[in-house]
Amino acid sequence: MMCDFLFSLVCTGEIFELKAELNSDKKEKKKEAVKKVIASMTVGKDVSALFPDVVNCMQTDNLELKKLVYLYLMNYAKSQPDMAIMAVNTFVKDCEDPNPLIRALAVRTMGCIRVDKITEYLCEPLRKCLKDEDPYVRKTAAVCVAKLHDINAQLVEDQGFLDTLKDLISDSNPMVVANAVAALSEIAESHPNSNLLDLNPQTINKLLTALNECTEWGQIFILDCLANYTPRDDRESQSICERVTPRLSHANSAVVLSAVKVLMKFMEMLPKDLDYYGTLLKKLAPPLVTLLSAEPELQYVALRNINLIVQRRPEILKHEMKVFFVKYNDPIYVKLEKLDIMIRLASQANIAQVLAELKEYATEVDVDFVRKAVRAIGRCAIKVEQSAERCVSTLLDLIQTKVNYVVQEAIVVIKDIFRKYPNKYESVIATLCENLDSLDEPEARAAMIWIVGEYAERIDNADELLESFLEGFHDESTQVQLQLLTAIVKLFLKKPTETQELVQQVLSLATQDSDNPDLRDRGYIYWRLLSTDPVAAKEVVLAEKPLISEETDLIEPTLLEELICHIGTLASVYHKPPSAFVEGSRGVQHKRLPGSAGSGESVESPDTGSAAGVSEAPPAVIPSQGDLLGDLLNLDLTPPTTTGPPPPASSGMQMGAMDLLGGGLDSLVGFGAPPAAMPASFNVPVSGGLDDLFDLGGGVGMPMGVFNPPKTVWLPAMKAKGLEISGTFVRRAGVIQMEMTLTNKAMSVMTDFAIQFNRNSFGLAPAGPLQVLTPLSPNQSIEAALPLSTVGPVMKMEPLNNLQVAVKNNIDVFYFSCQYPISMLFAEDGKMERQVFLATWKDIPNDNESQFQIKDCHLNSALSRFLCSLEVSTTQLTD
Amino acid sequence: MIGGLFIYNHKGEVLISRVYRDDIGYVSMEQSFGWKMRNAVDAFRVNVIHARQQVRSPVTNIARTSFFHVKRSNIWLAAVTKQNVNAAMVFEFLYKMCDVMTAYFGKISEENIKNNFVLIYELLDEILDFGYPQNSETGALKTFITQQGIKGQTKEEQSQITSQVTGQIGWRREGIKYRRNELFLDVLESVNLLMSPQGQVLSAHVSGRVVMKSYLSGMPECKFGMNDKIVIDKQGKGAASDDAGKSGKQSIAIDDCTFHQCVRLSKFDSERSISFIPPDGEYELMRYRTTKDIILPFRVIPLVREVGRTKLEVKVVIKSNFKPSLLAQKIEVRIPTPLNTSGVQVICMKGKAKYKASENAIVWKIKRMAGMKESQISAEIELLPTNDKKKWARPPISMNFEVPFAPSGLKVRYLKVFESKLNYSDHDVIKWVRYIGRSGIYETRC
Repeated sequence: MMCDFLFSLVCTGEIFELKAELNSDKKEKKKEAVKKVIASMTVGKDVSALFPDVVNCMQTDNLELKKLVYLYLMNYAKSQPDMAIMAVNTFVKDCEDPNPLIRALAVRTMGCIRVDKITEYLCEPLRKCLKDEDPYVRKTAAVCVAKLHDINAQLVEDQGFLDTLKDLISDSNPMVVANAVAALSEIAESHPNSNLLDLNPQTINKLLTALNECTEWGQIFILDCLANYTPRDDRESQSICERVTPRLSHANSAVVLSAVKVLMKFMEMLPKDLDYYGTLLKKLAPPLVTLLSAEPELQYVALRNINLIVQRRPEILKHEMKVFFVKYNDPIYVKLEKLDIMIRLASQANIAQVLAELKEYATEVDVDFVRKAVRAIGRCAIKVEQSAERCVSTLLDLIQTKVNYVVQEAIVVIKDIFRKYPNKYESVIATLCENLDSLDEPEARAAMIWIVGEYAERIDNADELLESFLEGFHDESTQVQLQLLTAIVKLFLKKPTETQELVQQVLSLATQDSDNPDLRDRGYIYWRLLSTDPVAAKEVVLAEKPLISEETDLIEPTLLEELICHIGTLASVYHKPPSAFVEGSRGVQHKRLPGSAGSGESVESPDTGSAAGVSEAPPAVIPSQGDLLGDLLNLDLTPPTTTGPPPPASSGMQMGAMDLLGGGLDSLVGFGAPPAAMPASFNVPVSGGLDDLFDLGGGVGMPMGVFNPPKTVWLPAMKAKGLEISGTFVRRAGVIQMEMTLTNKAMSVMTDFAIQFNRNSFGLAPAGPLQVLTPLSPNQSIEAALPLSTVGPVMKMEPLNNLQVAVKNNIDVFYFSCQYPISMLFAEDGKMERQVFLATWKDIPNDNESQFQIKDCHLNSALSRFLCSLEVSTTQLTD
Repeated sequence: MIGGLFIYNHKGEVLISRVYRDDIGYVSMEQSFGWKMRNAVDAFRVNVIHARQQVRSPVTNIARTSFFHVKRSNIWLAAVTKQNVNAAMVFEFLYKMCDVMTAYFGKISEENIKNNFVLIYELLDEILDFGYPQNSETGALKTFITQQGIKGQTKEEQSQITSQVTGQIGWRREGIKYRRNELFLDVLESVNLLMSPQGQVLSAHVSGRVVMKSYLSGMPECKFGMNDKIVIDKQGKGAASDDAGKSGKQSIAIDDCTFHQCVRLSKFDSERSISFIPPDGEYELMRYRTTKDIILPFRVIPLVREVGRTKLEVKVVIKSNFKPSLLAQKIEVRIPTPLNTSGVQVICMKGKAKYKASENAIVWKIKRMAGMKESQISAEIELLPTNDKKKWARPPISMNFEVPFAPSGLKVRYLKVFESKLNYSDHDVIKWVRYIGRSGIYETRC
């Protein structure tokens, strides 16, 4: 077979042969040779050596041969930029060819040759083609502008191509309009603030006209573009909706979904009492249901989107529960999504049906699916109160099947049901206890232990049960250990007489034999609580817990709004904002639904939030006397690197501990500060109660915690060829350290790391080399701590605490700048002799000083100590 | 937009690769490091094709690059992107790409792809420019992408091609001529049912397709009419009242329908009329779904009795519920049996019945059955005694059949053809209509 020969071509000898054939006089032979070359190219063999010979074949009338040569050029021009220039002449000539097919081919290929050098030669031919008489050439040229913009954005702007492209929106041919819209939309995405796609009622009208006439793909481009427009009023909104609704009957699912996006967005502006609003809602349901008869991949996309739509507007599909019932032959990804939507649509009216279905699913084969089905039954119980009883009995039936993972999953959800309906279904505990031995997953074990602890007074052998878990304490996962600790403390508070030994045992296991800080901390807290005030301990530990909310997995409203604006796209499939998976400036704009614009301003996603935090770090000029207190409080209580969100807890366990503190300790010690600020200064004796508590801690050997600002991303991966660096500055035992996490997000291994600082305000310099010994393989992260000294060269930076860093690896050198908290530079023993302080004070020029009167401030010992701990001398203040 | 498109064989070897954008890490890595590693390509192979687990999602994100894939027999088609693309569009495009390839060289197989790689590149170049899907109607593509290469065209021909590709009727070329103007309409329906043992309909719906084969000259303007309730009611208001009463009975309520892109949707939206210029040859004109007043061709009446712990008695009656003059075909009833079945004895009046141990079911086949008839099967199932506490879940009895009418009640009222430029009229066109109703998931619980 000829093709097998084509695909098996290898050695250099054959390259030689090909060379000869390419230079042959016979057209047919030439063509065959080029075909062979392309076959090798496809399978990844290097045929770039043949570049000049192939380019020589370019000047031909044979369109097929020409196409082949162009294909080759697109692949290899970049590696041979100098020779690519040889092809320019032919392109320019072909752009003038009488045959529109050749003109279009030339302009199409031209844009695919991604060599900066030749782009400027291509401007003139492109300009001509944009105004070509033939629509086929124009529509190709429109896309070419986008290609050129991708290579050299500045050039495109300078040459005025963007204006020409805008003119094409008014073109007579619908396909030209569609391509121009697509190109402009993409270019506009990389210029978030430009007014490129200046959508006004006139252009909208043009687009809506073209919408009726262009290809299915063109309709998608236009609808996606329309979705970015914000109508001026509800009348305009309604008229656009009216013209878009016919698209809901298109056979192409993407057209339907894009139309749904436009309608969902513009509907926000319609008054709810309008008749049309109701009509529109009714019109949306059938097409969404029809999407479920498409191919499975599209069903998946549709279901992910329906999941969003149902959260935003549950009324649309509330009567369509049945279509989401899982079919036996559905692929697993479709089954899982359908299950999700079923729960969202579950209500009192249809719960019986849903439960019957879920019960069926729980006997299927796929483990993930079965687990999710069991979990879904629990969610139904929490969502529809009337059904709780039936759900519980269904779950009990399932536990009777003794299928291991079903039992475990059921126990996890029953725990949630207990939290939602306390003191209602305790009769089932006996059944649960029978299955204690079969639990091997941490989550199920933790859930079971929680149940035992919570209802310890009603389980006769609770102590035995918990004791049995205690035997292998150190082999358990943290989740189970924490739960076990809490459960035994609860048990002790409920039955103090019999369980003293047990609680001693668990506390010592948690505090002395464990190296997990979360566990240790929780152990100490309990220990102290129990030893100081058992009554308070009872109030804290056995406090009434808030009921869990109905639906825990709803997407956060602002994110949901954004995702609704992205219906049909990848963002809606991932349920993540585009900024979470798109690199560079594209997609960073946050889209909002029109009606609700301006209502909630804090929509920034966490990553942009922290980025903003870095730039908004408190100004680091040396504070004058009056501002000193405020500024420093600011510095220490809210970490300077993240001004926005509270510092994320490093793990779920820590959250648990926080919860504990927030729940009961607040009232116990009368500490008014928000819990988020708590970890900021554990060693700061703020008020009496807490002071005592932690003084006690000192006795037992509580580690003196110093607040470390959480790591922020200093160097995003897209700026450093896949190397991501996040880090923070800390002070450990008097040594300033730069702690970094290096993550390799590229697809190759990274080695040979080194680091250097630019001169900076306080002479910070690395005190040793960067310790990254092992090569960093793709998707791997490594922690590195770099000790710093303050003996380096000094140069005042703006802002003062700015630090410019260069990091080198085997790929390249990358630069970034970061800001360090000033507090890091302060010495722990911040006390200064009175005379020395006054002398230093006088050295500061007068114009750097400003006066501020603190009124009504009793400088008691607490505040004094507090300021001490902030490492500021209060000498001046007492005067 | 789409950054690149790859076709793999089942081993994960690349058969076709077309890269539109550098960002997908294909060219850039290769060039700047001189590596022969092709990153995006390899990432997909390792994480999807060679993945140990069953594929959990048709969209995969590896190292911030998204891969969309569909599989046809043992060939993988993957579209790659780094942007927030329209996901529905990407999948629609991949399906379309399969359609186009099938139209050009038949089945999508490794051999066919290798034999036609030049053609595929040429097609890709045309239908996906810089990742933007372009006109992908086979009818139009075939006018200028041919396997023989383009022969010397006149200027008129060239401009005809370009205007067709970009024009409003991208799916049909001009100048088609047939000696005999003929068209075939197939109304294909699949009827789905879930019925309770007591004969209560739990859910039922029909999903139907109207497939048209048109062999018509020129650029004919067609108008398709069916007994859509909305249309009939509208006309009924204008026409005499007795007529409305009569036709009202025969009209059907359509829940939702979608159309081929040749149908003018805005006209359908405003007037509910289906008008279009059809593509040449076979295509799917519309799809629809109905849930109301469905004619259920068969009724299954099950009777299961447990006689002691080791015996089951099953009696199933099927009744055909349509005109006696019509014949249903390929009837098959599947009666599930418990896992611990040791032996089965069946007696049936009609057709052949057999116990298939490997499928845990009694399969009863009847070749033909007329309307308004009834047939019965009874079986005795011997069970092995087990200590399994779990009760047998009793899966539903399922059924397959084919009937020569549309269970939704849909009727084609007319299909008018107008071609003003050529001298043939609506009467000269030979039209054929055929109705086929098949079983979808047709189950009765027992």
